[in-house]
Amino acid sequence: MSSRLINQPTEWIDRDKPFSFTYEGQKVTAFEGDTISSALWANGIRVLGRSFKYHRARGILTLANHDVNALMTDGLDTNIRADVLPVQADMTLTAVNTTGGVLKDRSQFIDKISPLLPVGFYYKAFHTPRRFFPFWEDKIRKAAGLGEVNFNYPRIPKPKQHAHCDVLIIGAGISGLSAALSVAEQGLSVIIVDENAKAGGSLTYDMADQASSQLAELLNAIEQHDNIRLITNAYAAGYYADHLVPIVETSGITKVRAKALIVASGAFEQPPVFRNNDLPGVMMGSAAQRLIYRYAVKPFEKGVVVTANDYGYRTALDLVSAGVDVLAVIDMRREGSRSPLIDELKDKQVAVHKASCVYEVIASKHKLGVSEVVICAYDELMAEADTKNKIRLKCDGVAMSAGWAPAAALLYQAGTKMRFDSGLQQFVPAELPEGVFAAGKVNGVFELSQRALDGQRAAAEAMNYLGKSVATVEVKQHQGTSPSHAYPVVNHPKGKNFVDFDEDIQVKDFINAAKEGFDNIELMKRFTTVGMGPSQGKHSNMNAIRILARIRDLPVEKIGTTTARPFFHPTPIGHLGGRGFHPHRYTAMHEWHIENGGQMTAAGLWMRPACYLPEGCHLTAQQATHQEAMAVRTKAGIIDNSTLGKIEVYGPDAAAFLERVYTGKFVRQKVGQYRIAMLLDEAGVMVDDGLACRLEEDRFYLTTSTTNSAMVYRQLQREAQLCGLSVSLANLTGAKAAMTIAGPAAAEIISQFSSVDLAATAFPTGSVVETQIADIECLLLRVAFVAEQAFEIHLPAAAGLSVWSQLMQAGQPFGLQAYGTDAQRLLRLEMGHHLIGHDTDGLTNPFEAHAEPLIAMDKTFFTGQRSLQIIAKKPLNKTLVNFVLDSNCVGELPNECNLVIDNGDIAGRITSIAFSPYLQRVIGIAFVPPEKHLPGSRFDIRNDAGDLIAATVIQSPTELAKSA
Amino acid sequence: MKLLQCPVNGIRPLSEFSYGGEFRTMPDPDSCTDQQWAAYVHYRSGAPGYKKEWWYHMPSGTWFIAERNTITDKVSRTYLLPKMEVAV
Repeated sequence: MSSRLINQPTEWIDRDKPFSFTYEGQKVTAFEGDTISSALWANGIRVLGRSFKYHRARGILTLANHDVNALMTDGLDTNIRADVLPVQADMTLTAVNTTGGVLKDRSQFIDKISPLLPVGFYYKAFHTPRRFFPFWEDKIRKAAGLGEVNFNYPRIPKPKQHAHCDVLIIGAGISGLSAALSVAEQGLSVIIVDENAKAGGSLTYDMADQASSQLAELLNAIEQHDNIRLITNAYAAGYYADHLVPIVETSGITKVRAKALIVASGAFEQPPVFRNNDLPGVMMGSAAQRLIYRYAVKPFEKGVVVTANDYGYRTALDLVSAGVDVLAVIDMRREGSRSPLIDELKDKQVAVHKASCVYEVIASKHKLGVSEVVICAYDELMAEADTKNKIRLKCDGVAMSAGWAPAAALLYQAGTKMRFDSGLQQFVPAELPEGVFAAGKVNGVFELSQRALDGQRAAAEAMNYLGKSVATVEVKQHQGTSPSHAYPVVNHPKGKNFVDFDEDIQVKDFINAAKEGFDNIELMKRFTTVGMGPSQGKHSNMNAIRILARIRDLPVEKIGTTTARPFFHPTPIGHLGGRGFHPHRYTAMHEWHIENGGQMTAAGLWMRPACYLPEGCHLTAQQATHQEAMAVRTKAGIIDNSTLGKIEVYGPDAAAFLERVYTGKFVRQKVGQYRIAMLLDEAGVMVDDGLACRLEEDRFYLTTSTTNSAMVYRQLQREAQLCGLSVSLANLTGAKAAMTIAGPAAAEIISQFSSVDLAATAFPTGSVVETQIADIECLLLRVAFVAEQAFEIHLPAAAGLSVWSQLMQAGQPFGLQAYGTDAQRLLRLEMGHHLIGHDTDGLTNPFEAHAEPLIAMDKTFFTGQRSLQIIAKKPLNKTLVNFVLDSNCVGELPNECNLVIDNGDIAGRITSIAFSPYLQRVIGIAFVPPEKHLPGSRFDIRNDAGDLIAATVIQSPTELAKSA
Repeated sequence: MKLLQCPVNGIRPLSEFSYGGEFRTMPDPDSCTDQQWAAYVHYRSGAPGYKKEWWYHMPSGTWFIAERNTITDKVSRTYLLPKMEVAV
């Protein structure tokens, strides 16, 4: 049976483009412009889904993007909102929450046993005995979801666009459109967004016939204006700081940055609460109007209108003109209405009952629709029906109007303080954040001409905020009856008077929750789950607040509202997900490392080889590390050190600047020498160390550790800006590559490419020279961090790979081996060097790490100096030492962070430990009590197994090698 | 995302900035007591309200002061410290 009306002048469907689709195995016809719900309704299909908890049949409720019981699956896509999404020819739809089809859903038995499933039932019933919980959890989880998650869902990234405008307007109803025009006429740019397929807001269905020419004029003016960009079929998903609003369209997200924001998002119609108000055929008045004016569909054949405001009278007239047999208008208010529409209705033989209510709706067979309504007298103050006299009317539909809740989610997110206006029975903005304005119904303005004015008023305020000088606009306060009813609830002993259609929550659920003590709105929300379904309380929160207020005998404003968070509507993950913006930095020699089996690991942002496992090599990572370290000890090794921080410090005050920042002295440092530069924080804690090479009187080249390079550069910049010295900084970290060649053959290998005399007498440790290696300008340092003989080469990154490859080739006869960071850690441990940040922590001062030689306390100032003066007066409470385990030690090898135990008490901890293949001993670094600092002192380490392992303090592992 | 006014580069998105801690005036290390110095180094006012803060514009390496109300997260003013000469 078709419910399609004859052509409506306002309709959105294109009758020249008919097509068909499939719903629950049935072929259904539609026109382009139909939503899934409107097409189904036009074909007489009333059961569009099953409710979440009780699996009750549901139809159209709002047609405003909160009919979340009518969710569809189409192949891969699930949770498609039937009430708003356009139907397409190739769709094969099934309702999501059914077992065996929407009409014969086998889970509908749950509705019959619902008295056994009160709210909070899950929390209480299944947690003991504990061993059964996994069984119940599985059952509940299967019952709880909507739709099936498809783990093979393709990754479809959607573009992210950015847009800027002077004023962003949310909602293209009469207020928003009027505001847009006012703003644009002053030469400002406007973006106006509406979630509906067409602009016009409520004028596209309410007063659609009277207001159509006014709307057409306005839309025409908007279209003519170059400054206005109108985006329909798109919703403002949230509000973020400084007026950043993501606009979500099917094709992707546009992030709009506006200078000012006008929220003209309107209001959601709220349902009155009575028994069986959820049956298919019972719908909001505005949903009935949407069906008629947008989709030319008759909402039902014969029905009643139940209303608690004057709006229902217009709905009734609309229904009459659509050919619906309207049996009665039932006004819940004691005084009824003084609306002139009453006479019009009487002319059309529609009975009007005041102080009455729909006591209950009687379901048709299998509870798939409406068969009768039961009407009783109603006491609106007590919210009780007088059931002595019942009128039963046979019908197939009910249109209901009880009031409005502002669509204020964005206003709340922006930080608006709302107040409850008792005249309007609505929350309205009381205090708006800077640059945010509200207009229209969301601002409590309902009368048509005033809504247009309110848009102009908000526009004027926004423009004045933006520095224009625009005359203010006066808007009249609301007059007459309230658009919303204070308590549109009809109690019923048998319940099923639904407040929240997402989560199947009835009036008694609130009463029970309050009895359990959950009588604060936030607690009640979580216990009952009201407003936690997919529509996020758009049609249920206001009634929930009213019910709680009545339970607690408090005014509504004392109850308050729950927090509104993004997103306004569910937003597909594909819209949010995008490319990863977590960059990795590759050194100039990265390619070589990969080709030669480098096992790359992250070191800060950089990727570095931990060790090399070339193709065909059968070593474990540890064996490879040991082999690499042995090569350095016996022949030569090379490591890519490009990740070191590299900073050039230039200017007449360069040395003075370094003295201010670092602990040591640099003013009298000779050109051609480097010194260790240790950085403290203001508390005197060791933060970083590196080398300060003096290349010219007024030019230093600093290195920092890999992970601290950004921090150190930042710190130096702040100091340079603050201290007033004549110095400038250049960060060369990425511009320069660096490598270290270490081992007995290191000098010989480099000599093939360099004319520098590398003999220890001519070029001792501490020397630095600007020279050429393989014809490339570079910096050459003799260092002693990983081996007694080692050279660091710093050169332009572009030449890094070439020089590295040449050195590798020339080094082959000498047994030159590339080594990774794991071998480097072992090598420095063999040399007895601690690493700041690895062996020290956020509390370690230099006295605890024997770093006194690096500190010049006699300088006038350096960062951390004043704190060191205080620390120096206090007794040392721990000290960092090198240690060795006994050669005959048995038991589990201790790990880093194992504790040092002294007489059963914790006395320190291991900071580094490793087996040295070169020394054939286990060596390490540990914090121990100060009295244990002397070589030869013994202490115990408790390993992971709980055994105590004896260790001996040594000066440095290098001495073990000499004595061996 | 928030916007922040860099005194050198103008209004830029917050992702270009890094927070550098509360701005505090260093007492004279030579004349202050140990207690005064320890208070300067270790104590931070966690109370919400009007704060002077260090901010760093990362792409250009600019340090500046932002005066921010941490209750409203509103920045009333940003500026280079008067003595600060931007290193060129």
